[in-house]
Amino acid sequence: MTSLRTIGALALAASLSMLGMPAASAQDAPPRQTWSFSGPFGIYDQAQLQRGFKIYREVCSTCHSLNLLAFRNLSDPGGPGFTEAQAAAIAATFQVTDGPNDQGQMFQRPGGIADSFPPPFPNDNAARAALGGKLPPDMSVLAKARAYEWGFPTFIIDAFRMYQEDGPDYIHAILTGYEKPPAGFAVPPGGQYNKYFPGGAIGMPKPLSDGQVEYTDGTPTTVDQYGRDVAAFLMWAAEPKLDERKRLGFQVMLFLIVFAGLLYFTKKKVWQDVAH
Amino acid sequence: MSGHSTYQPQSPFMQWLERRLPIASLVYSSFIAYPTPRNLNYWWTFGGILSFMLGVQIVTGIVLAMHYTPHVDYAFKSVEGIMRDVNYGWLLRYVHANGAAFFFAAVYIHIARGMYYGSYKEPREVLWILGVILFLLMVATGFMGYVLPWGQMSFWAATVITNLFSAIPGVGGDVVTWLWGGYAVGNPTLNRFYSLHYLLPFVIAGVVVLHIWALHMVGQNNPTGVEPKDEKDTLAFTPYATVKDGFFLSVFCIVYAFFVFYIPNYLGHSDNYIMANPGQTPTHIVPEWYYLPFYAILRAIPSKLLGVTALAGSILILAFMPWLDTSSVRSANYRPLYRQFLFIFFLSVIGLGYLGSQEPTGGYVVAARILATYYFAFFFVILPLLGIFEKTKPLPNSISESVLGGAK
Repeated sequence: MTSLRTIGALALAASLSMLGMPAASAQDAPPRQTWSFSGPFGIYDQAQLQRGFKIYREVCSTCHSLNLLAFRNLSDPGGPGFTEAQAAAIAATFQVTDGPNDQGQMFQRPGGIADSFPPPFPNDNAARAALGGKLPPDMSVLAKARAYEWGFPTFIIDAFRMYQEDGPDYIHAILTGYEKPPAGFAVPPGGQYNKYFPGGAIGMPKPLSDGQVEYTDGTPTTVDQYGRDVAAFLMWAAEPKLDERKRLGFQVMLFLIVFAGLLYFTKKKVWQDVAH
Repeated sequence: MSGHSTYQPQSPFMQWLERRLPIASLVYSSFIAYPTPRNLNYWWTFGGILSFMLGVQIVTGIVLAMHYTPHVDYAFKSVEGIMRDVNYGWLLRYVHANGAAFFFAAVYIHIARGMYYGSYKEPREVLWILGVILFLLMVATGFMGYVLPWGQMSFWAATVITNLFSAIPGVGGDVVTWLWGGYAVGNPTLNRFYSLHYLLPFVIAGVVVLHIWALHMVGQNNPTGVEPKDEKDTLAFTPYATVKDGFFLSVFCIVYAFFVFYIPNYLGHSDNYIMANPGQTPTHIVPEWYYLPFYAILRAIPSKLLGVTALAGSILILAFMPWLDTSSVRSANYRPLYRQFLFIFFLSVIGLGYLGSQEPTGGYVVAARILATYYFAFFFVILPLLGIFEKTKPLPNSISESVLGGAK
């Protein structure tokens, strides 16, 4: 009888294996980086988030909005660790549109701590008009909105590894993935070749080069390091409560394991004289 | 809910209440004195786990609803507001979103247990059909809940699934327009999905009461499939079943909490963190994992009408199991052939789930067709024939004999 099950399992395995691999795409798998916030006890590295913010501010924010974040978030616990005064000072360097005033006019004023990050373009069409028809995505949840399909069996192993860093790995890969196109690859006009971008042709020109952003803490000013720092910052922007989540998670897991253990022994005691 | 209660109120107040509303004796007879077969294994704890999950989903859902805005322009932002600005909003949302997945995981185990031990058979047909209705309600509720965050997958899943109704001959197009409340998935669709997503869990709770009522009428099945004959075969619900259910529920919660706190986005799709954009179709539209086997069946069939019929049929067929299965033996422990075919059935459902997540091209379609054929053949061919040809193992005379006699 077990042979019947074996036949069934074999038939299933055969029907699955004859599928072969999906057609090779032009997209390479993003190399996995080491992140301070991975794993059950991982938390954000404040200095890295501050460096990443510097890159966002000096480079990315020229085209990419960060609509869902407010300046006050910069001083939130579990974030880049700016003081409230520093966050207010950063806000004041941005001009935000307010109004209408008593005369019915919209007006510009320096940003306050409660303001959202002002978008680089007044609307999507203005962005497209300025950037050759391409709309740069908002960066607020970008780090959770990008992933790579690792396929079987990696996706199962990743659950046990607690791998949730697809997004930052992808962002780092894109920033470091600008290369000469391989022979025979036709890059469409206005596009760039990037081996980690789906399809291989990305609209964004190479945004970072070595030494472009100044670091004051001695961290190497390489594209690789920039990519890592800004990806970490964007992960924080997308998942600002990660530190709190993992801290609470440890307490909950500890409680549940002890509680389940106590219930197990209670159950044993209750059932000990009962054949079942 | 069954039989005459042996509850004797002690205090004058309880005696007073008992003569006016015998709720204490109802609770006593249903959840304390209620006899449960003594040989139940841990697969029987999933009923309690499902009740717990329904409670979790309703409680977290009610609080989430206080902060959510069902409007195409604000839904995505309000969900992100919950994640960022509501106290423990991230916890509520992750508990609710992963809760749906664990609710479905538990219901699949619950259904599989019923299939393995023949819990659908006489006299439990109505109990089983109420279960199928509960599953259908869960499918509808889960689908509409997935639409609410108004991400790309929300929007396109809503478009794909509602479009299935266009396969109905003649009136399909009108039905879809009626479902949408417009000529495309839009604000009226989101609003009605929100309304129904809030309503249906309470309908589920109502049917759960009927499900438990029916259960207490006919009593629980057990691993031998032999009905309890006397008091030696059963144990009181409290403390025996309560402590066992409680222990396994806490084990279940450890796995659930692992997902909520460490990999909260593992079961979701990254595209749902992109706001819905009717002008841009995602490269690959996939439903949540718990719908994938049915999605694979839908796509395995080239004709839209037949595909939709197969999709609906693949769930509705469960309701006919009590009559498709012609065997008089309940438990698969005593049905060697059924047991093999059932394991192949479970594997083919898992296989269909994997195929549902892949692009429907080439070998994948062929494999999906093979597995979908087996899925239906299991119900229409294997189940009726096995009752005639299968040689079953001898059943124990009673539960206590099987437990005390050292037999399986």
